[in-house]
Amino acid sequence: MAVARDSLLVFRRTMRLSLRQPVWLLIGLTQPLIYLCLFGPLLKSVAKAPGYPAGDPWRVFVPGLLVQLGLFGTMFVGFGLLREVRDGVIERMRVTPVSRAALFIGRMLRDVLVVTFQGVALLAAGYIMGLRAPWWAFAVGLAILALVGAAFSAASYTLAMRLGDEDTVASTLNMTSIPLLLLSGVLLPMSLAPGWLQSLADVNPLSHIVDGARALFLDGSWSSVYTALAVAAGMVVVCGALATSAFRRDAG
Amino acid sequence: MLDASVRREALDWTGPAAAGAARSMTGAPIIEAHGLRRTFRSRGGGEVEAVRGVDLEVRAGEIVGFLGPNGAGKTTTQRMLTTLLKPTSGEARIVGHDLRREPLQVRRRIGYVAQGGGTDRHAKVGEELVDQARLYGLGAADSARGGRALLADLDLDGAWDRLVGTLSGGQRRRLDIALGLVHDPPLLFLDEPTTGLDPQSRANLWDHIRTLRDERGRTIFLTTHYLDEADALCDRILIIDQGAIIATGTPEDLKKRAAGDTVVLTLRDQAVAARVATLIESRALGSVPRIEGTVVHLGLPDAAARLPGLLRALDDHHVAVLGLEVRRPTLEDVFLTLTGRALRDEEG
Repeated sequence: MAVARDSLLVFRRTMRLSLRQPVWLLIGLTQPLIYLCLFGPLLKSVAKAPGYPAGDPWRVFVPGLLVQLGLFGTMFVGFGLLREVRDGVIERMRVTPVSRAALFIGRMLRDVLVVTFQGVALLAAGYIMGLRAPWWAFAVGLAILALVGAAFSAASYTLAMRLGDEDTVASTLNMTSIPLLLLSGVLLPMSLAPGWLQSLADVNPLSHIVDGARALFLDGSWSSVYTALAVAAGMVVVCGALATSAFRRDAG
Repeated sequence: MLDASVRREALDWTGPAAAGAARSMTGAPIIEAHGLRRTFRSRGGGEVEAVRGVDLEVRAGEIVGFLGPNGAGKTTTQRMLTTLLKPTSGEARIVGHDLRREPLQVRRRIGYVAQGGGTDRHAKVGEELVDQARLYGLGAADSARGGRALLADLDLDGAWDRLVGTLSGGQRRRLDIALGLVHDPPLLFLDEPTTGLDPQSRANLWDHIRTLRDERGRTIFLTTHYLDEADALCDRILIIDQGAIIATGTPEDLKKRAAGDTVVLTLRDQAVAARVATLIESRALGSVPRIEGTVVHLGLPDAAARLPGLLRALDDHHVAVLGLEVRRPTLEDVFLTLTGRALRDEEG
Protein backbone atom coordinates (compact mmCIF):
# COMPACT_ATOMS: atom_id res chain seq x y z
CA MET A 1 0.00 0.00 0.00
CA ALA A 2 1.36 3.39 -1.04
CA VAL A 3 0.60 5.14 2.27
CA ALA A 4 2.43 2.48 4.29
CA ARG A 5 5.44 2.49 1.99
CA ASP A 6 5.62 6.29 1.88
CA SER A 7 5.14 6.56 5.65
CA LEU A 8 8.04 4.19 6.19
CA LEU A 9 10.24 6.29 3.89
CA VAL A 10 9.35 9.49 5.73
CA PHE A 11 9.81 7.73 9.09
CA ARG A 12 13.27 6.51 8.18
CA ARG A 13 14.35 9.94 7.00
CA THR A 14 13.11 11.80 10.09
CA MET A 15 14.41 9.11 12.47
CA ARG A 16 17.84 9.26 10.86
CA LEU A 17 17.92 13.04 11.25
CA SER A 18 16.75 12.84 14.87
CA LEU A 19 19.43 10.29 15.75
CA ARG A 20 22.03 12.66 14.32
CA GLN A 21 21.18 15.05 17.19
CA PRO A 22 20.61 12.59 20.07
CA VAL A 23 20.93 15.36 22.66
CA TRP A 24 17.30 16.36 22.03
CA LEU A 25 16.10 12.83 22.66
CA LEU A 26 17.85 12.89 26.04
CA ILE A 27 16.51 16.32 26.97
CA GLY A 28 12.99 14.99 26.40
CA LEU A 29 13.76 12.24 28.89
CA THR A 30 14.84 14.49 31.75
CA GLN A 31 11.43 16.03 32.39
CA PRO A 32 9.59 12.88 33.58
CA LEU A 33 12.66 11.83 35.58
CA ILE A 34 12.67 15.19 37.38
CA TYR A 35 9.00 14.74 38.27
CA LEU A 36 9.72 11.24 39.43
CA CYS A 37 12.64 12.21 41.67
CA LEU A 38 11.60 15.65 42.92
CA PHE A 39 7.80 15.32 43.11
CA GLY A 40 7.33 11.59 43.74
CA PRO A 41 8.74 11.53 47.29
CA LEU A 42 6.14 14.13 48.39
CA LEU A 43 3.41 11.61 47.67
CA LYS A 44 4.46 9.36 50.54
CA SER A 45 2.65 11.62 53.00
CA VAL A 46 -0.09 12.86 50.65
CA ALA A 47 -1.09 9.25 49.98
CA LYS A 48 -2.41 8.97 53.54
CA ALA A 49 -4.99 11.71 52.87
CA PRO A 50 -8.62 10.56 52.66
CA GLY A 51 -9.72 10.12 49.03
CA TYR A 52 -6.26 9.17 47.74
CA PRO A 53 -6.43 5.80 45.94
CA ALA A 54 -5.41 2.89 48.10
CA GLY A 55 -2.18 1.12 47.28
CA ASP A 56 1.49 1.92 46.84
CA PRO A 57 1.83 5.63 45.86
CA TRP A 58 4.37 4.74 43.10
CA ARG A 59 1.66 2.64 41.45
CA VAL A 60 -0.57 5.72 41.47
CA PHE A 61 2.00 8.26 40.40
CA VAL A 62 4.11 6.53 37.72
CA PRO A 63 1.15 5.60 35.46
CA GLY A 64 0.11 9.28 35.58
CA LEU A 65 3.64 10.32 34.62
CA LEU A 66 3.48 7.93 31.66
CA VAL A 67 0.41 9.75 30.34
CA GLN A 68 2.02 13.11 31.04
CA LEU A 69 5.06 11.98 29.04
CA GLY A 70 2.73 11.12 26.17
CA LEU A 71 1.44 14.70 26.25
CA PHE A 72 4.64 16.70 26.89
CA GLY A 73 6.93 14.38 24.94
CA THR A 74 5.11 15.03 21.68
CA MET A 75 3.14 18.26 21.90
CA PHE A 76 6.09 20.39 20.75
CA VAL A 77 6.92 18.36 17.63
CA GLY A 78 5.06 20.94 15.54
CA PHE A 79 7.95 23.35 16.07
CA GLY A 80 10.27 20.94 14.27
CA LEU A 81 7.75 20.78 11.45
CA LEU A 82 7.65 24.57 11.20
CA ARG A 83 11.42 24.57 10.76
CA GLU A 84 11.06 22.03 7.96
CA VAL A 85 8.35 24.16 6.36
CA ARG A 86 10.65 27.17 6.49
CA ASP A 87 13.54 25.16 5.01
CA GLY A 88 11.25 24.19 2.11
CA VAL A 89 11.48 20.47 2.89
CA ILE A 90 7.70 20.04 3.17
CA GLU A 91 7.04 21.94 -0.04
CA ARG A 92 9.66 19.92 -1.90
CA MET A 93 7.93 16.72 -0.78
CA ARG A 94 4.45 18.04 -1.58
CA VAL A 95 5.46 18.38 -5.24
CA THR A 96 6.34 14.67 -5.34
CA PRO A 97 3.60 12.03 -5.69
CA VAL A 98 4.10 11.03 -2.03
CA SER A 99 0.89 10.42 -0.07
CA ARG A 100 -0.05 13.52 1.95
CA ALA A 101 -1.02 11.35 4.93
CA ALA A 102 2.41 9.71 4.86
CA LEU A 103 4.11 13.09 5.31
CA PHE A 104 2.68 13.24 8.82
CA ILE A 105 2.35 9.51 9.63
CA GLY A 106 6.08 9.00 9.05
CA ARG A 107 6.92 11.85 11.42
CA MET A 108 4.35 10.67 13.96
CA LEU A 109 5.88 7.17 13.96
CA ARG A 110 9.24 8.72 14.80
CA ASP A 111 7.66 10.65 17.70
CA VAL A 112 5.92 7.50 18.98
CA LEU A 113 9.15 5.52 18.89
CA VAL A 114 11.06 8.25 20.72
CA VAL A 115 8.40 8.70 23.40
CA THR A 116 8.08 4.94 23.93
CA PHE A 117 11.82 4.70 24.42
CA GLN A 118 11.56 7.51 26.98
CA GLY A 119 8.69 5.62 28.61
CA VAL A 120 10.88 2.53 29.00
CA ALA A 121 13.50 4.67 30.74
CA LEU A 122 10.84 6.22 32.98
CA LEU A 123 9.47 2.81 33.99
CA ALA A 124 12.99 1.56 34.68
CA ALA A 125 13.65 4.55 36.92
CA GLY A 126 10.27 3.97 38.61
CA TYR A 127 11.25 0.35 39.25
CA ILE A 128 14.43 1.53 40.94
CA MET A 129 12.40 3.92 43.11
CA GLY A 130 10.19 1.02 44.22
CA LEU A 131 7.44 0.59 41.63
CA ARG A 132 6.31 -3.04 41.46
CA ALA A 133 3.65 -4.44 39.12
CA PRO A 134 3.12 -7.47 36.84
CA TRP A 135 5.07 -7.37 33.53
CA TRP A 136 1.93 -6.96 31.45
CA ALA A 137 1.08 -3.76 33.32
CA PHE A 138 4.37 -2.31 32.08
CA ALA A 139 3.66 -3.49 28.53
CA VAL A 140 0.08 -2.21 28.34
CA GLY A 141 1.21 1.00 30.04
CA LEU A 142 3.69 1.57 27.21
CA ALA A 143 0.92 0.88 24.68
CA ILE A 144 -1.23 3.58 26.30
CA LEU A 145 1.75 5.94 26.24
CA ALA A 146 2.32 5.23 22.54
CA LEU A 147 -1.34 5.98 21.70
CA VAL A 148 -1.38 9.22 23.70
CA GLY A 149 1.92 10.23 22.09
CA ALA A 150 0.55 9.53 18.60
CA ALA A 151 -2.56 11.62 19.26
CA PHE A 152 -0.68 14.66 20.58
CA SER A 153 1.96 14.40 17.89
CA ALA A 154 -0.81 14.52 15.24
CA ALA A 155 -2.48 17.40 17.10
CA SER A 156 0.77 19.34 17.25
CA TYR A 157 1.38 18.87 13.50
CA THR A 158 -2.17 19.96 12.79
CA LEU A 159 -1.69 23.16 14.79
CA ALA A 160 1.64 23.85 13.10
CA MET A 161 0.22 23.39 9.58
CA ARG A 162 -2.92 25.40 10.31
CA LEU A 163 -1.43 28.26 12.33
CA GLY A 164 1.88 28.44 10.54
CA ASP A 165 4.06 30.35 13.01
CA GLU A 166 5.83 29.54 16.27
CA ASP A 167 4.28 32.27 18.41
CA THR A 168 0.69 31.31 17.71
CA VAL A 169 1.42 27.61 18.10
CA ALA A 170 3.23 28.21 21.41
CA SER A 171 0.43 30.25 22.97
CA THR A 172 -2.22 27.79 21.77
CA LEU A 173 -0.28 24.89 23.29
CA ASN A 174 0.18 26.72 26.60
CA MET A 175 -3.48 27.61 26.75
CA THR A 176 -4.63 24.02 26.21
CA SER A 177 -1.97 21.82 27.77
CA ILE A 178 -2.02 23.18 31.34
CA PRO A 179 -5.81 22.73 31.86
CA LEU A 180 -5.59 19.35 30.12
CA LEU A 181 -2.87 18.28 32.54
CA LEU A 182 -4.42 19.71 35.74
CA LEU A 183 -7.80 18.20 34.90
CA SER A 184 -6.31 14.79 34.16
CA GLY A 185 -5.31 13.99 37.73
CA VAL A 186 -1.74 13.17 36.79
CA LEU A 187 -0.14 15.00 39.70
CA LEU A 188 -2.85 14.49 42.30
CA PRO A 189 -5.78 12.11 41.70
CA MET A 190 -9.11 13.75 40.85
CA SER A 191 -10.69 11.68 43.62
CA LEU A 192 -9.37 14.44 45.91
CA ALA A 193 -11.27 17.10 43.95
CA PRO A 194 -14.58 18.77 44.85
CA GLY A 195 -17.59 17.77 42.76
CA TRP A 196 -17.51 20.63 40.23
CA LEU A 197 -13.82 20.00 39.48
CA GLN A 198 -14.51 16.30 39.06
CA SER A 199 -17.25 17.01 36.52
CA LEU A 200 -14.83 19.19 34.57
CA ALA A 201 -12.27 16.38 34.67
CA ASP A 202 -14.87 13.94 33.36
CA VAL A 203 -15.01 15.74 29.99
CA ASN A 204 -11.22 15.62 29.69
CA PRO A 205 -10.31 12.47 27.74
CA LEU A 206 -6.90 12.42 29.44
CA SER A 207 -8.47 11.88 32.88
CA HIS A 208 -10.08 8.64 31.64
CA ILE A 209 -6.76 7.53 30.24
CA VAL A 210 -4.99 8.32 33.54
CA ASP A 211 -7.68 6.41 35.46
CA GLY A 212 -7.20 3.40 33.20
CA ALA A 213 -3.41 3.49 33.48
CA ARG A 214 -3.69 3.62 37.29
CA ALA A 215 -6.15 0.74 37.35
CA LEU A 216 -3.67 -1.23 35.29
CA PHE A 217 -0.84 -0.80 37.81
CA LEU A 218 -3.05 -0.99 40.92
CA ASP A 219 -4.52 -4.30 39.69
CA GLY A 220 -7.90 -2.62 39.45
CA SER A 221 -10.69 -3.08 36.98
CA TRP A 222 -9.89 -4.10 33.44
CA SER A 223 -12.95 -2.24 32.21
CA SER A 224 -11.30 1.11 32.96
CA VAL A 225 -8.12 -0.12 31.20
CA TYR A 226 -10.21 -0.91 28.10
CA THR A 227 -11.84 2.52 28.37
CA ALA A 228 -8.41 4.14 28.50
CA LEU A 229 -7.22 2.24 25.42
CA ALA A 230 -10.43 3.04 23.54
CA VAL A 231 -10.33 6.75 24.43
CA ALA A 232 -6.65 6.98 23.44
CA ALA A 233 -7.28 5.13 20.16
CA GLY A 234 -10.22 7.45 19.45
CA MET A 235 -7.98 10.48 19.99
CA VAL A 236 -5.45 9.04 17.54
CA VAL A 237 -8.16 8.58 14.90
CA VAL A 238 -9.58 12.10 15.33
CA CYS A 239 -6.23 13.90 15.50
CA GLY A 240 -4.86 11.76 12.65
CA ALA A 241 -7.76 12.75 10.42
CA LEU A 242 -7.25 16.42 11.28
CA ALA A 243 -3.53 16.19 10.54
CA THR A 244 -4.11 14.45 7.20
CA SER A 245 -6.48 17.15 6.08
CA ALA A 246 -4.05 19.84 7.27
CA PHE A 247 -1.27 18.31 5.11
CA ARG A 248 -3.65 17.97 2.17
CA ARG A 249 -4.72 21.59 2.27
CA ASP A 250 -3.45 24.09 -0.31
CA ALA A 251 -0.22 25.57 0.95
CA GLY A 252 -1.40 29.18 0.45
CA MET B 1 6.34 2.48 -8.06
CA LEU B 2 7.25 4.50 -11.07
CA ASP B 3 5.71 2.39 -13.79
CA ALA B 4 7.29 1.80 -17.15
CA SER B 5 4.70 3.87 -19.00
CA VAL B 6 5.73 6.99 -17.12
CA ARG B 7 9.33 6.48 -18.14
CA ARG B 8 8.35 5.79 -21.71
CA GLU B 9 6.22 8.87 -21.88
CA ALA B 10 9.04 10.91 -20.46
CA LEU B 11 11.20 9.71 -23.32
CA ASP B 12 8.56 10.67 -25.87
CA TRP B 13 8.70 14.20 -24.60
CA THR B 14 12.43 14.51 -24.72
CA GLY B 15 12.50 13.01 -28.21
CA PRO B 16 11.71 15.96 -30.46
CA ALA B 17 13.69 18.37 -28.34
CA ALA B 18 16.77 16.17 -28.38
CA ALA B 19 16.59 16.28 -32.15
CA GLY B 20 17.04 20.03 -31.90
CA ALA B 21 13.59 20.85 -33.21
CA ALA B 22 12.20 22.55 -30.15
CA ARG B 23 14.34 25.62 -29.83
CA SER B 24 12.18 27.90 -31.96
CA MET B 25 8.67 27.10 -30.79
CA THR B 26 8.39 23.98 -32.88
CA GLY B 27 8.21 21.45 -30.03
CA ALA B 28 4.89 20.06 -28.82
CA PRO B 29 3.17 22.14 -26.14
CA ILE B 30 4.24 20.90 -22.70
CA ILE B 31 2.31 23.52 -20.71
CA GLU B 32 -1.01 24.89 -21.96
CA ALA B 33 -2.96 27.07 -19.56
CA HIS B 34 -6.23 28.84 -20.28
CA GLY B 35 -7.88 31.35 -17.99
CA LEU B 36 -6.08 30.21 -14.86
CA ARG B 37 -7.48 32.23 -11.99
CA ARG B 38 -6.90 32.19 -8.28
CA THR B 39 -8.53 34.24 -5.57
CA PHE B 40 -7.63 34.39 -1.92
CA ARG B 41 -9.83 35.40 0.96
CA SER B 42 -8.37 38.54 2.48
CA ARG B 43 -8.19 39.27 6.21
CA GLY B 44 -11.09 41.67 5.92
CA GLY B 45 -13.30 38.92 4.49
CA GLY B 46 -13.24 40.16 0.89
CA GLU B 47 -11.72 38.33 -2.05
CA VAL B 48 -8.38 39.21 -3.55
CA GLU B 49 -7.76 38.14 -7.11
CA ALA B 50 -4.08 37.21 -7.22
CA VAL B 51 -4.23 35.79 -10.74
CA ARG B 52 -6.93 37.13 -13.03
CA GLY B 53 -6.80 34.74 -15.95
CA VAL B 54 -3.48 33.51 -17.21
CA ASP B 55 -3.17 32.04 -20.71
CA LEU B 56 0.20 30.65 -21.54
CA GLU B 57 1.89 28.05 -23.67
CA VAL B 58 5.31 26.52 -23.27
CA ARG B 59 6.77 24.14 -25.83
CA ALA B 60 9.01 21.16 -25.21
CA GLY B 61 12.69 22.01 -25.18
CA GLU B 62 12.36 25.72 -24.42
CA ILE B 63 13.86 27.68 -21.57
CA VAL B 64 11.07 30.09 -20.73
CA GLY B 65 11.61 33.02 -18.41
CA PHE B 66 8.67 34.09 -16.28
CA LEU B 67 9.03 37.70 -15.19
CA GLY B 68 6.91 40.05 -13.19
CA PRO B 69 7.09 42.53 -10.34
CA ASN B 70 6.31 41.22 -6.86
CA GLY B 71 2.60 40.92 -6.33
CA ALA B 72 2.02 40.46 -10.06
CA GLY B 73 0.82 36.87 -9.58
CA LYS B 74 4.10 35.22 -10.56
CA THR B 75 4.43 33.01 -7.50
CA THR B 76 0.73 32.14 -7.41
CA THR B 77 0.81 31.09 -11.07
CA GLN B 78 3.88 28.97 -10.53
CA ARG B 79 2.34 27.33 -7.46
CA MET B 80 -0.75 26.46 -9.49
CA LEU B 81 1.31 24.99 -12.33
CA THR B 82 3.28 22.84 -9.86
CA THR B 83 0.10 21.47 -8.16
CA LEU B 84 0.80 23.25 -4.87
CA LEU B 85 -2.26 25.47 -5.22
CA LYS B 86 -5.62 24.60 -6.75
CA PRO B 87 -6.80 27.08 -9.38
CA THR B 88 -10.10 28.81 -8.56
CA SER B 89 -11.00 28.41 -12.22
CA GLY B 90 -9.35 27.78 -15.57
CA GLU B 91 -7.73 24.78 -17.22
CA ALA B 92 -4.20 23.61 -17.75
CA ARG B 93 -2.55 20.60 -19.34
CA ILE B 94 0.96 19.89 -18.17
CA VAL B 95 3.09 17.20 -19.82
CA GLY B 96 -0.10 15.77 -21.29
CA HIS B 97 -2.15 15.63 -18.09
CA ASP B 98 -4.96 17.72 -16.74
CA LEU B 99 -3.76 19.85 -13.84
CA ARG B 100 -7.07 19.81 -11.95
CA ARG B 101 -8.12 16.22 -12.53
CA GLU B 102 -4.77 14.40 -12.54
CA PRO B 103 -2.42 16.28 -10.20
CA LEU B 104 -0.65 13.03 -9.31
CA GLN B 105 0.20 12.34 -12.97
CA VAL B 106 1.45 15.91 -13.30
CA ARG B 107 3.63 15.55 -10.18
CA ARG B 108 5.29 12.43 -11.60
CA ARG B 109 6.36 14.37 -14.70
CA ILE B 110 7.57 17.69 -13.34
CA GLY B 111 10.51 18.71 -11.23
CA TYR B 112 10.31 21.74 -8.97
CA VAL B 113 13.17 23.62 -7.38
CA ALA B 114 11.93 26.24 -4.93
CA GLN B 115 13.78 29.48 -4.35
CA GLY B 116 15.15 28.49 -0.96
CA GLY B 117 15.73 24.88 -1.96
CA GLY B 118 14.34 22.20 0.30
CA THR B 119 17.14 20.34 1.99
CA ASP B 120 17.90 19.66 5.63
CA ARG B 121 21.38 20.81 6.58
CA HIS B 122 21.82 17.83 8.91
CA ALA B 123 21.14 15.34 6.11
CA LYS B 124 23.82 13.89 3.89
CA VAL B 125 23.74 14.69 0.18
CA GLY B 126 23.36 11.05 -0.84
CA GLU B 127 20.57 10.46 1.66
CA GLU B 128 18.54 13.39 0.35
CA LEU B 129 18.95 12.19 -3.25
CA VAL B 130 17.99 8.60 -2.48
CA ASP B 131 15.01 9.59 -0.32
CA GLN B 132 13.75 12.00 -2.96
CA ALA B 133 13.96 9.36 -5.71
CA ARG B 134 12.20 6.83 -3.49
CA LEU B 135 9.37 9.30 -2.89
CA TYR B 136 8.84 9.05 -6.66
CA GLY B 137 8.63 5.28 -6.30
CA LEU B 138 12.08 4.28 -7.52
CA GLY B 139 13.87 1.36 -5.86
CA ALA B 140 16.80 1.84 -3.49
CA ALA B 141 19.50 0.64 -5.90
CA ASP B 142 18.18 2.67 -8.85
CA SER B 143 17.87 5.72 -6.61
CA ALA B 144 21.48 5.50 -5.51
CA ARG B 145 22.76 4.90 -9.04
CA GLY B 146 20.71 7.79 -10.47
CA GLY B 147 21.71 10.07 -7.61
CA ARG B 148 25.43 9.48 -8.18
CA ALA B 149 25.03 10.12 -11.91
CA LEU B 150 23.25 13.41 -11.20
CA LEU B 151 26.01 14.52 -8.85
CA ALA B 152 28.55 13.84 -11.58
CA ASP B 153 26.46 15.77 -14.14
CA LEU B 154 26.25 18.76 -11.83
CA ASP B 155 29.95 18.78 -10.85
CA LEU B 156 29.23 17.56 -7.34
CA ASP B 157 31.38 14.43 -7.47
CA GLY B 158 32.55 13.41 -4.05
CA ALA B 159 29.74 15.21 -2.24
CA TRP B 160 27.74 12.02 -1.63
CA ASP B 161 28.73 11.60 2.04
CA ARG B 162 28.93 15.29 2.91
CA LEU B 163 26.41 17.00 5.16
CA VAL B 164 24.21 19.42 3.23
CA GLY B 165 25.10 22.16 5.72
CA THR B 166 28.77 22.01 4.67
CA LEU B 167 28.10 22.76 0.98
CA SER B 168 28.77 26.19 -0.50
CA GLY B 169 25.84 28.28 -1.78
CA GLY B 170 26.47 27.28 -5.39
CA GLN B 171 26.86 23.60 -4.52
CA ARG B 172 23.66 23.66 -2.53
CA ARG B 173 21.76 25.18 -5.45
CA ARG B 174 23.08 22.43 -7.72
CA LEU B 175 22.00 19.83 -5.17
CA ASP B 176 18.53 21.43 -5.16
CA ILE B 177 18.44 21.06 -8.93
CA ALA B 178 19.65 17.46 -8.72
CA LEU B 179 16.77 16.77 -6.31
CA GLY B 180 14.37 18.17 -8.89
CA LEU B 181 15.76 15.79 -11.51
CA VAL B 182 15.83 12.42 -9.68
CA HIS B 183 12.81 11.13 -11.60
CA ASP B 184 14.07 12.41 -14.95
CA PRO B 185 11.19 14.84 -15.53
CA PRO B 186 10.74 16.37 -18.99
CA LEU B 187 9.72 19.68 -17.40
CA LEU B 188 11.60 21.50 -14.65
CA PHE B 189 10.38 24.55 -12.72
CA LEU B 190 13.17 26.72 -11.32
CA ASP B 191 12.20 29.50 -8.95
CA GLU B 192 14.82 32.28 -8.76
CA PRO B 193 17.64 29.77 -9.19
CA THR B 194 20.59 32.16 -8.83
CA THR B 195 19.41 34.43 -6.04
CA GLY B 196 22.21 34.97 -3.55
CA LEU B 197 24.95 33.39 -5.67
CA ASP B 198 28.26 35.06 -6.47
CA PRO B 199 28.80 35.96 -10.16
CA GLN B 200 31.02 32.96 -10.83
CA SER B 201 28.58 30.41 -9.35
CA ARG B 202 25.83 32.17 -11.24
CA ALA B 203 27.52 31.81 -14.62
CA ASN B 204 28.32 28.21 -13.77
CA LEU B 205 24.68 27.50 -12.93
CA TRP B 206 23.55 29.09 -16.20
CA ASP B 207 25.80 26.65 -18.05
CA HIS B 208 24.25 23.74 -16.21
CA ILE B 209 20.74 24.98 -17.00
CA ARG B 210 21.59 25.30 -20.69
CA THR B 211 23.03 21.80 -20.62
CA LEU B 212 19.74 20.48 -19.25
CA ARG B 213 18.02 21.83 -22.34
CA ASP B 214 20.70 21.09 -24.92
CA GLU B 215 21.75 17.59 -23.93
CA ARG B 216 18.64 16.22 -22.32
CA GLY B 217 16.03 18.20 -24.23
CA ARG B 218 14.33 19.28 -21.06
CA THR B 219 11.91 22.15 -20.85
CA ILE B 220 12.68 24.75 -18.20
CA PHE B 221 10.21 27.19 -16.73
CA LEU B 222 12.34 29.73 -14.92
CA THR B 223 11.15 32.49 -12.63
CA THR B 224 13.65 35.25 -12.14
CA HIS B 225 14.12 38.78 -10.87
CA TYR B 226 17.27 39.27 -12.90
CA LEU B 227 16.67 40.63 -16.38
CA ASP B 228 20.22 39.90 -17.46
CA GLU B 229 19.59 36.29 -16.48
CA ALA B 230 16.41 36.14 -18.53
CA ASP B 231 18.25 37.74 -21.44
CA ALA B 232 21.21 35.40 -21.31
CA LEU B 233 19.36 32.17 -20.64
CA CYS B 234 15.83 32.23 -21.99
CA ASP B 235 14.57 31.33 -25.45
CA ARG B 236 11.33 33.07 -24.68
CA ILE B 237 9.96 35.35 -22.03
CA LEU B 238 6.53 35.69 -20.45
CA ILE B 239 5.80 38.89 -18.57
CA ILE B 240 3.02 38.88 -16.00
CA ASP B 241 1.57 42.00 -14.42
CA GLN B 242 -1.51 42.52 -12.29
CA GLY B 243 -2.48 38.88 -12.56
CA ALA B 244 -2.36 38.47 -16.35
CA ILE B 245 0.27 37.81 -19.02
CA ILE B 246 0.95 41.13 -20.73
CA ALA B 247 3.69 40.18 -23.19
CA THR B 248 5.46 37.14 -24.58
CA GLY B 249 8.25 36.76 -27.09
CA THR B 250 11.95 36.17 -27.50
CA PRO B 251 14.12 38.69 -25.67
CA GLU B 252 15.03 40.22 -29.06
CA ASP B 253 11.37 40.54 -30.11
CA LEU B 254 10.38 42.18 -26.89
CA LYS B 255 13.20 44.69 -27.09
CA LYS B 256 12.34 45.57 -30.66
CA ARG B 257 8.64 45.89 -29.91
CA ALA B 258 8.68 47.72 -26.65
CA ALA B 259 11.71 49.97 -26.87
CA GLY B 260 13.87 50.81 -29.90
CA ASP B 261 17.59 51.55 -30.07
CA THR B 262 18.97 54.80 -28.72
CA VAL B 263 21.76 56.80 -30.41
CA VAL B 264 23.96 59.11 -28.34
CA LEU B 265 25.94 61.81 -30.20
CA THR B 266 28.67 63.88 -28.51
CA LEU B 267 29.35 67.26 -30.18
CA ARG B 268 31.87 70.08 -29.83
CA ASP B 269 29.71 72.53 -27.86
CA GLN B 270 26.16 73.27 -26.83
CA ALA B 271 25.44 75.42 -29.87
CA VAL B 272 26.27 72.57 -32.20
CA ALA B 273 24.20 70.22 -30.07
CA ALA B 274 21.20 72.52 -30.35
CA ARG B 275 21.70 72.82 -34.11
CA VAL B 276 21.88 69.05 -34.50
CA ALA B 277 18.72 68.58 -32.42
CA THR B 278 16.82 71.03 -34.62
CA LEU B 279 18.12 69.35 -37.74
CA ILE B 280 17.07 65.90 -36.55
CA GLU B 281 13.64 67.16 -35.58
CA SER B 282 12.99 69.06 -38.81
CA ARG B 283 14.14 66.24 -41.09
CA ALA B 284 12.55 63.48 -38.95
CA LEU B 285 15.82 61.57 -38.71
CA GLY B 286 14.80 60.00 -35.42
CA SER B 287 12.47 60.44 -32.48
CA VAL B 288 12.34 63.69 -30.48
CA PRO B 289 15.96 64.38 -29.47
CA ARG B 290 16.97 65.22 -25.94
CA ILE B 291 19.92 67.55 -25.27
CA GLU B 292 22.19 67.12 -22.26
CA GLY B 293 24.95 69.71 -22.53
CA THR B 294 26.99 68.75 -25.56
CA VAL B 295 25.31 65.37 -25.87
CA VAL B 296 22.21 64.59 -27.94
CA HIS B 297 20.12 61.45 -27.29
CA LEU B 298 17.63 60.25 -29.84
CA GLY B 299 15.48 57.20 -30.28
CA LEU B 300 16.30 55.42 -33.52
CA PRO B 301 14.37 52.19 -34.10
CA ASP B 302 16.44 49.74 -36.14
CA ALA B 303 19.57 51.82 -35.69
CA ALA B 304 21.78 49.42 -37.65
CA ALA B 305 19.96 50.28 -40.90
CA ARG B 306 19.25 53.94 -40.30
CA LEU B 307 22.50 55.14 -38.73
CA PRO B 308 24.41 55.63 -42.04
CA GLY B 309 21.64 57.96 -43.31
CA LEU B 310 21.79 60.02 -40.15
CA LEU B 311 25.58 60.38 -40.32
CA ARG B 312 25.45 61.34 -44.01
CA ALA B 313 22.91 64.08 -43.23
CA LEU B 314 25.11 65.45 -40.44
CA ASP B 315 28.11 65.37 -42.74
CA ASP B 316 26.16 67.31 -45.41
CA HIS B 317 25.62 70.02 -42.82
CA HIS B 318 29.29 70.05 -41.85
CA VAL B 319 28.69 68.84 -38.30
CA ALA B 320 31.73 67.20 -36.70
CA VAL B 321 30.64 64.31 -34.51
CA LEU B 322 33.12 63.76 -31.65
CA GLY B 323 31.53 60.67 -30.23
CA LEU B 324 28.90 58.16 -31.31
CA GLU B 325 27.27 55.42 -29.29
CA VAL B 326 24.40 53.10 -30.16
CA ARG B 327 22.57 51.71 -27.15
CA ARG B 328 20.58 48.54 -27.60
CA PRO B 329 17.50 48.38 -25.39
CA THR B 330 17.74 46.10 -22.38
CA LEU B 331 14.95 43.99 -20.94
CA GLU B 332 14.94 46.58 -18.19
CA ASP B 333 13.69 49.14 -20.76
CA VAL B 334 11.10 46.65 -22.01
CA PHE B 335 9.89 46.02 -18.53
CA LEU B 336 9.67 49.70 -17.72
CA THR B 337 7.72 50.40 -20.92
CA LEU B 338 5.26 47.54 -20.38
CA THR B 339 4.60 47.74 -16.66
CA GLY B 340 5.62 51.30 -15.85
CA ARG B 341 7.80 49.87 -13.11
CA ALA B 342 11.36 48.72 -12.77
CA LEU B 343 11.52 45.06 -11.81
CA ARG B 344 14.15 45.45 -9.11
CA ASP B 345 12.40 48.35 -7.38
CA GLU B 346 9.67 45.97 -6.39
CA GLU B 347 11.91 43.66 -4.43
CA GLY B 348 11.76 43.42 -0.71
